[in-house]
Amino acid sequence: MTSTATRPDVPVRERPPGRRRRRFTARDRHDFWVFLALVLPNVALIIVFAYRPVIENLRYSMLDWTLGSPSASWAGIDNYVRFFTSPASWGILWTTLVFTVVTVGGSMVLGLLIALALNRRVPGTGIARAAVFSPYVLSGVGVGLVWLFVFDPTIGVLGAVLRGFGGTAPDFFNDPTLSLVMICVVYVWKNMGYAAVIYLAGLQSIPRDLLEAAALDGAGPIRSFVRVVLPLLSPTTFFLLVTSVLNSLQAFDLIRIMTPLGNGTTTLIYEAYLQAFGSYNRAGYSAAVSTVLFVLLVVFTLVQLRWMERRVHYA
Amino acid sequence: MSTRTTPRRTAREALSARSLLDAVLSAYVPLVLAVLVVVFPLLWMILTSVKPLPEIITQTPTLLPVDPTWENYATAAERLPFARVFANSVLVTVVGAVIKVVLAVCTAYGLVYVRFPGKNIIFAGLLVTLMVPPQVALLPNYTLITSLGGADTYWGIIVPGLGTAFGTFLLRQHFRTIPPSLTEAAELDGAGHWRRLTRVVLPVSAPTVATVALITIVSEWNDYLWPLVIISQPDMMTLPVGLTLLANVDNKAAAYGQLMAGSVAVIIPVLIVFVALQRYVIAGLTQGAVKD
Repeated sequence: MTSTATRPDVPVRERPPGRRRRRFTARDRHDFWVFLALVLPNVALIIVFAYRPVIENLRYSMLDWTLGSPSASWAGIDNYVRFFTSPASWGILWTTLVFTVVTVGGSMVLGLLIALALNRRVPGTGIARAAVFSPYVLSGVGVGLVWLFVFDPTIGVLGAVLRGFGGTAPDFFNDPTLSLVMICVVYVWKNMGYAAVIYLAGLQSIPRDLLEAAALDGAGPIRSFVRVVLPLLSPTTFFLLVTSVLNSLQAFDLIRIMTPLGNGTTTLIYEAYLQAFGSYNRAGYSAAVSTVLFVLLVVFTLVQLRWMERRVHYA
Repeated sequence: MSTRTTPRRTAREALSARSLLDAVLSAYVPLVLAVLVVVFPLLWMILTSVKPLPEIITQTPTLLPVDPTWENYATAAERLPFARVFANSVLVTVVGAVIKVVLAVCTAYGLVYVRFPGKNIIFAGLLVTLMVPPQVALLPNYTLITSLGGADTYWGIIVPGLGTAFGTFLLRQHFRTIPPSLTEAAELDGAGHWRRLTRVVLPVSAPTVATVALITIVSEWNDYLWPLVIISQPDMMTLPVGLTLLANVDNKAAAYGQLMAGSVAVIIPVLIVFVALQRYVIAGLTQGAVKD
């Protein structure tokens, strides 16, 4: 890849001897412009719409500013102080925690169970794999509306089934706890197929010999699952754990369409949305909430990166 | 997907009724259950969308519509410029996806095949943006786009999401697996970058490009948060935003028919694409986790 052109070009920079010498040739110059033409548009878009907003958001979070108003006043860390001293905020953090733990745990456990069934490699698993994965690619808004009708306390099909068994239909729409349950169920329904496919890949990478050896040593299916399969799946489990936590923290579509008021279902991201684009227009405060969420996300991403690094070293 | 069947395994599988029962209990029962749980709500949506109102507002619903009708679709179209909203979604998705895929291909080609100082730093800079959650960028982008007059416009919906790190990442990974001898041979033949990209690199990358295109199309189609805040006129809404407007009624019970019709419109196109090309979609969405 070093340039071998023999044109009499002037070297731009002399490097100390011992290091590889490169001359800046005409072809390099050509490549320079080609590279800029190819890469710059994308990089510029990302700088303007992904990097700039992070800084800008931080600045907003220090302002007392009503969305749409031309003027804003400096507020320092007031927004953060308000967030961390308000009892409602702790409720929101608690909701975020419950939602994250339940949805991550639920989709991973169900995903693993489905993956174990898919791993039997009996005819028809290909179709089952695709079917179970499909909700993951569907619009959260569409899915949310469909489930809203299923959960409807008066005319929902779930209520009809429960009444058929002599029960009553719980009020998923007005009871805050039940609303959160409802959102969690639908979220798990939408995401368990992703966990299943990832787990299936993990299961398929386990050498059959290991399982056969365990069976020869007299380990039953449960014992060999706990002692052999689960430990070998731990990298997969860790990957899923981190990505699922990141995704759950960013869950928006279902919450917005199924519980627009956020009664019992207001997580950090939904609070940030409601504060700015709900009825309050509190842009500065919303930015502070976003920043809190951002910090959480960065922490989890760093954990993931560290793990990926380790994995690369092992590979 | 290994297809190796060791003689031992085949012998064991042939081993009759017990293994059959085992397969049914450990594979088919959970799988059928899971598939039913996934399929039922979607089926219910389709069936409800063609039921007349009295069959929807009832405590004893029947599975199949007794008296099927298109009236829900008609009512939805009265409350919302339905065809226009659908067309908006198609337009935003197609334009957005085409530009994004072109940008991703160009960026990945540049990063792999063109000499430039500090390419890895640029790539790392792109990757970092995968960590920036869209909602952190929401307020600043909203302020910028509205100040440029982008509220309630197509470009206002499309432009902020155009920068692409994910597609670039997948394509770069793939380009690096192409044997360098291919492009070097083309270079010796005097082919410039454009010819190398279009005649050598792209033809051998078709499946990956298709994967990136599919995933981009699906995510553009489903995109919700950004269009929701930047669009307020019904005429400019995409489907998910339009559905939000439809759902914003006092008497939900009477609206479920229309809502199911709307959900069909937003869900079924993606479902069709998914069923036809599920291998690519699943591979693309789980890449990075499964591969490398």
